[in-house]
Amino acid sequence: MTAEATKQKAPVEKEPFLNVFLRNLWSSNGVTVTVLSIVLAVVIGAVLIVVSDSAVLAKFGYFTARPGDALEASWTLISSAYSDLLKGALGDPDAFRAWFSGGGTWQDALAPISETLTYAAPLVFTGLSVSLAFRGGLFNIGAQGQAVLGCIAAGVAGFTLGLPIVLNLIVALVAGALGGALWGFLPGLLKARTGAHEVITTIMLNYTAGLFLAWLVIQKGVQQPGRTDAISKVVAESAQLPSFGGVLRVHLGIVLAVLVTAGVAWLLNRSAFGFELRAVGANPHAARTAGISVAKTYALLMAVAGGLAGLGGATQVLGTAYALTPSVAGNIGFDGLLVALLGRNRPWGTLLAALLFGALRAGGNRMQSFTGISLELVTVLQALIVIFIAAPALVKAIFQLRAARVAGLGAVPAKG
Amino acid sequence: MSTATVEAPAEVAAPEPFWTRQRRFGVALILLGVLAAVLFGSLAPDKDARFTLTEDAQGAALSINGQFGAVLFGVLTLVAGGLLLAGLLKRWSNALLVAGIVTFVLSFLCWQVAGQFMSLQDTLGGTLDLALPLILGALAGVLGERSGVVNVAIEGQFLMGAFAGALIGTLAGSVWAGLISAAIGGVIIAAILAVLSIRYLVDQTVVGIVLNLFALGITGFLYERLMQPDAQHYNTPPQMPAWRIPGLADIPVLGPVVFDATLLLWIALILVVVIHFALNRTRWGLRTRAVGEHPTAADTVGIRVRGLRYLNVLLGGVVAGLGGAYFTLVATGSFTKNMTAGAGFIALAALIFGRYTPIGAFGAALFFGFAQKLAFYLSAINSPVPNQFLSMLPYLATIIAVAGLVGRVRAPAADGLPYVKS
Repeated sequence: MTAEATKQKAPVEKEPFLNVFLRNLWSSNGVTVTVLSIVLAVVIGAVLIVVSDSAVLAKFGYFTARPGDALEASWTLISSAYSDLLKGALGDPDAFRAWFSGGGTWQDALAPISETLTYAAPLVFTGLSVSLAFRGGLFNIGAQGQAVLGCIAAGVAGFTLGLPIVLNLIVALVAGALGGALWGFLPGLLKARTGAHEVITTIMLNYTAGLFLAWLVIQKGVQQPGRTDAISKVVAESAQLPSFGGVLRVHLGIVLAVLVTAGVAWLLNRSAFGFELRAVGANPHAARTAGISVAKTYALLMAVAGGLAGLGGATQVLGTAYALTPSVAGNIGFDGLLVALLGRNRPWGTLLAALLFGALRAGGNRMQSFTGISLELVTVLQALIVIFIAAPALVKAIFQLRAARVAGLGAVPAKG
Repeated sequence: MSTATVEAPAEVAAPEPFWTRQRRFGVALILLGVLAAVLFGSLAPDKDARFTLTEDAQGAALSINGQFGAVLFGVLTLVAGGLLLAGLLKRWSNALLVAGIVTFVLSFLCWQVAGQFMSLQDTLGGTLDLALPLILGALAGVLGERSGVVNVAIEGQFLMGAFAGALIGTLAGSVWAGLISAAIGGVIIAAILAVLSIRYLVDQTVVGIVLNLFALGITGFLYERLMQPDAQHYNTPPQMPAWRIPGLADIPVLGPVVFDATLLLWIALILVVVIHFALNRTRWGLRTRAVGEHPTAADTVGIRVRGLRYLNVLLGGVVAGLGGAYFTLVATGSFTKNMTAGAGFIALAALIFGRYTPIGAFGAALFFGFAQKLAFYLSAINSPVPNQFLSMLPYLATIIAVAGLVGRVRAPAADGLPYVKS
């Protein structure tokens, strides 16, 4: 393999740089596949937008007579939808112009970026949770349930303890991490002790956690006084993650997310535990022979992964929601799964993927209110991107990419 | 004699561990029995618990004093557990186990129903109704997993089936067109699952989870774009008619529930039998099991491993799509966003809890359906037992089953492993 590669490389040196560059660009490396996956998803999304619009479809009825009508209407619809998506995610040029000319405030101009970061923050944590478990050979579908437990623990700590400022926030965050860690430790322990497959146990624990939350928020002492619907008390102001306020909802959680990403990168690549978990992930039998306790690694790894997801839930409650509701965790656990796959299970890649998902979500909100295109389109786009990423051979076949090393997903085969 | 020197190889049986499956079940049942007799017995009011045979409080009923019943059935659970632990009646151990669980549930019911009434017909009907999609979903899982393809996309197949059934059923104005499109909807998701996991070797669990989100997104998107603005034209599917079989429908309790029902229920019940028979008695079944357990060996004797897996996953798509049709064509008259609400995962739980067999999955689906129905019933009579905890039952039961705390569940050996011809 390597010998062949060097043989092929030899003549390459003589070619003009541009040719080499283009060929490498068009070979199926990770970045190219990722970009093309996003392009493919966006194209399919555009088709969906057109197909589901009856006014535009009517114009396609006389396509043969006047094709210009149908194409123009489609183009207008698609371009306005996607430009709203971009404006909602990155910022509206008009708002920036108003800010520079003094007609608008900087808060309005930066609000879209703030939204992107707000949505991205919890996804970083849940994404890291799934990534880390993946590297240890475990498929943590339970990030959702762990995030729910993180929400519960952080929320309850936030409105009951009444500690002084700063300390209250730290305690609530730690409580969230511990709640998630407990919910991650359970499947880890079961896997280590009995071999119960973590995919099955974590799926089941997701729903158990959701039902528990639904029960908890309507209990006396938790439910907000004077309310009959399912909502808890509001977390104390001293336990909330500080933010700019107003339209800028972005909070300290995103800074925390970057720090934790660095921490996970260190843990994974530089620490003894990281080495052990990567060894177990690569080949548990070899790791056992080398004297690594596989069972202990599994249990500890799932606890750490659960703690990360729990932190994600905690940032959701302490940073944006401020109170527990049955749907407080939203879909951050399952989105975290997609984020991890998109980030190819690397910490910094996961961070970037979470930012992309946050941007899509923030932009989707604007697209929904301005163009009237359902936010669900974003879910479709996210799922499609990940499907294409997960099947690089498919993307390669569609775009006729040159054969190169195929960066597949190193997931463990799962029984379930 | 020369032969005397050569000892006949005595049958050395592996020493059976003391804590056999039966004994562990026995201990669990004894604990449950004590709990039932003491806790339920002391909490139950000293009033009659009426179990009526009809739909309402009137008519013939089985009646028992709540407190007495709770204690009696609790003690019976204890006895069943004791027999299992002592190792008596070994041939009937499974029956004892079932009896123990049933008496525990009865004890619980005596406590809850005392002073009220519970309609057996309504309970059975509700159980079957709630179990119907679970049965079909779990059967879809059986088809895929026995041939070695993990299917966690049952939820997505449900959603696509429900959506396609509602949309095409409304457009065509025919419930049968809806039913067929629901099956096609399930097949679409199954086909993506099959191609990605069999042809492109993507991790099957990853594909399944992503497909669930994909189905959630695309049905939600089209729902908001088409169905919500114009429900009249896109989201008023005709309902499946209930067919009454004269004679049989007059059997008390069972008759009105099973023989005055929709075609979908009969399809589900027939499929359980057909798949059970086909899996164990036909060439297709033998090959499916071979491919699921040891694909290389199956390939060696000339079985087309990938072809069979494609076939089974697509058949599973048909079955799961029919399960999706239940939500729009039987249970409610319209599609709503994320209307399956995790039923696909309960079906997955039923599949695993039923040990990957059609009959087992059927039993588990009935059990989970009953748990859900009971949760509804308890919240209707304002029971102090929170219904969320009853709803957790399927999930917790599955965790206990896969953890092997009481009888380990074993998946087919090649489940989840893509087959690459070497």
